[in-house]
Amino acid sequence: MLKVEQITKTFNSGTINEKKALTGLDLHLKAGDFCTVIGGNGAGKSTLLNAIAGVFFVDSGRIIIDGDDVTRSPEHKRAKYIGRVFQDPMMGTAAGMQIEENLAIASRRGKRPTLKWSSQAKEREHFRQMLKMLDLGLEDRLTSKVGLLSGGQRQAITLLMATINQPKLLLLDEHTAALDPKTATKVLEITEKIVSEHHLTTLMITHNMRDALRYGNRLIMLHAGNIIIDVEGEQKQHLDVPDLLKMFEQAAGDEFVSDRMLLG
Amino acid sequence: MGSLVLSTVCQGLLWSVMALGVYLTYRVLDIADLTVEGSFPLGAAVAASLIAGGSSPFWAVLVACLAGMMAGVVTGVLHTKLKIPALLAGILSMIALYSVNLRIMGKANISLLRMETIYTPFNKLGLSNNYAILLTSLIAVIIFMIVLYWFFGTELGAAIRATGYNKQMIRAQGINTDVTIILGLLLSNALVAISGAFVAQSQGYAAVDMGTGTIVIGLASVIIGEVLFGTRDFKNCLLSVVLGSVVYRAVIAFVLYLGLNPNDLKLFTAILVAIALSLPLIKSKLQSVRGSKSC
Repeated sequence: MLKVEQITKTFNSGTINEKKALTGLDLHLKAGDFCTVIGGNGAGKSTLLNAIAGVFFVDSGRIIIDGDDVTRSPEHKRAKYIGRVFQDPMMGTAAGMQIEENLAIASRRGKRPTLKWSSQAKEREHFRQMLKMLDLGLEDRLTSKVGLLSGGQRQAITLLMATINQPKLLLLDEHTAALDPKTATKVLEITEKIVSEHHLTTLMITHNMRDALRYGNRLIMLHAGNIIIDVEGEQKQHLDVPDLLKMFEQAAGDEFVSDRMLLG
Repeated sequence: MGSLVLSTVCQGLLWSVMALGVYLTYRVLDIADLTVEGSFPLGAAVAASLIAGGSSPFWAVLVACLAGMMAGVVTGVLHTKLKIPALLAGILSMIALYSVNLRIMGKANISLLRMETIYTPFNKLGLSNNYAILLTSLIAVIIFMIVLYWFFGTELGAAIRATGYNKQMIRAQGINTDVTIILGLLLSNALVAISGAFVAQSQGYAAVDMGTGTIVIGLASVIIGEVLFGTRDFKNCLLSVVLGSVVYRAVIAFVLYLGLNPNDLKLFTAILVAIALSLPLIKSKLQSVRGSKSC
């Protein structure tokens, strides 16, 4: 479903702030893979997701989604393949617009906007049912402005928006990091439910190693812009956090693990 | 006194079309677009030149509208494609339009006295000049509000609104924000130019310097409207802007009646807008002072 071949990206090339963010990274995801992504600060996790989403173009390498080479297509053109949820709960929704309006925009993701009325009555029931599934009491608040909701509620809605018309690829960039632990767990549970229900091919960045092990069928660890650990299925199921740390130390050499990774 | 009220309402309605344009950029797109300082007299210049040359006044307004659209597109391209900050892009268009307007008119002003205007049809029906202006501008404003309300409820309109709230979100939904921003600026400046064409015909002349302060008057109308008449939903916002424009004219008429030197009007308007823009801060400061007292 997703083929990332030998991509590289260097920021501020040729200056004193030069940063090699991705160094020839390869990643193949099969349809239905739910892959968690871990790694220290600056390892290239967000850069990888942003490269796939088209926030910037890679310096070299290819990105292929569902058989289509999207390496050179701009962000808004790739949107028809990709659903995204960002770390900041404010980033995924338009605060001044109603829940219903946000969902209506998302339900037409990747299509050219027309002069048809945006909020259709016949979609409303569908939206209400999906909101009900979130179990956050939002199904009766279709016309509330999203800006009035809490961070967790907004993130849950962003998740709905990202998955409402079943993307080829779902990119989750630490989408629970800004939430309190209880809400984070709730949003993660919703995530798993939606992903497994629709068999969505998913890349999920997390800072929490336990979450990275608990969710998904595959786990990759990034270090210095490349994948240093890649475990799948059975092997992943039998791992625990200390195993992962040991593997990391072996793979990354003498570099020490950041506190945030350990404590997260 | 009655005629003063009538002409105040007329002025408010004529300029409210411009205020709707400013609302589209300042509130919907979240851009302070200074192009309006040039596109307002642009609309006046185009319409006046055409009318003076013998064209139909309705055709003149239509061409003025198209000219305003082009001005908006220029600012939009400068901002989105050439990555010039929005404020600066607007200033560049504004300055360029000064020369363009002089070129269009061939001189600093054009008189429209005794020419046929868009108000003439109602004159012919026996209405006095002021009532003709009132009726024409009222019909026009109602049509614009309905069209804007419809358009911003469509998928395309919703995409433009979402662009103003959150560019990253709407890009992630597959919308090219360059297109929505350019489209928003196009619509805004079309309205502003139409307003310029209306005002020129109502006052009987177009002048190259009639745009000075347009943005501030527009902002004053938007903010006064929001404070007095609310922002519950989009319908409410549009109505607030129009009513705000009328109230702004009433305030101006009132302070002039009290003896304000007309030369000080722009200073007065600027202070009014500065106070209105700082109201949220003042409010929260007051609340925190009150809060600490009650403890």
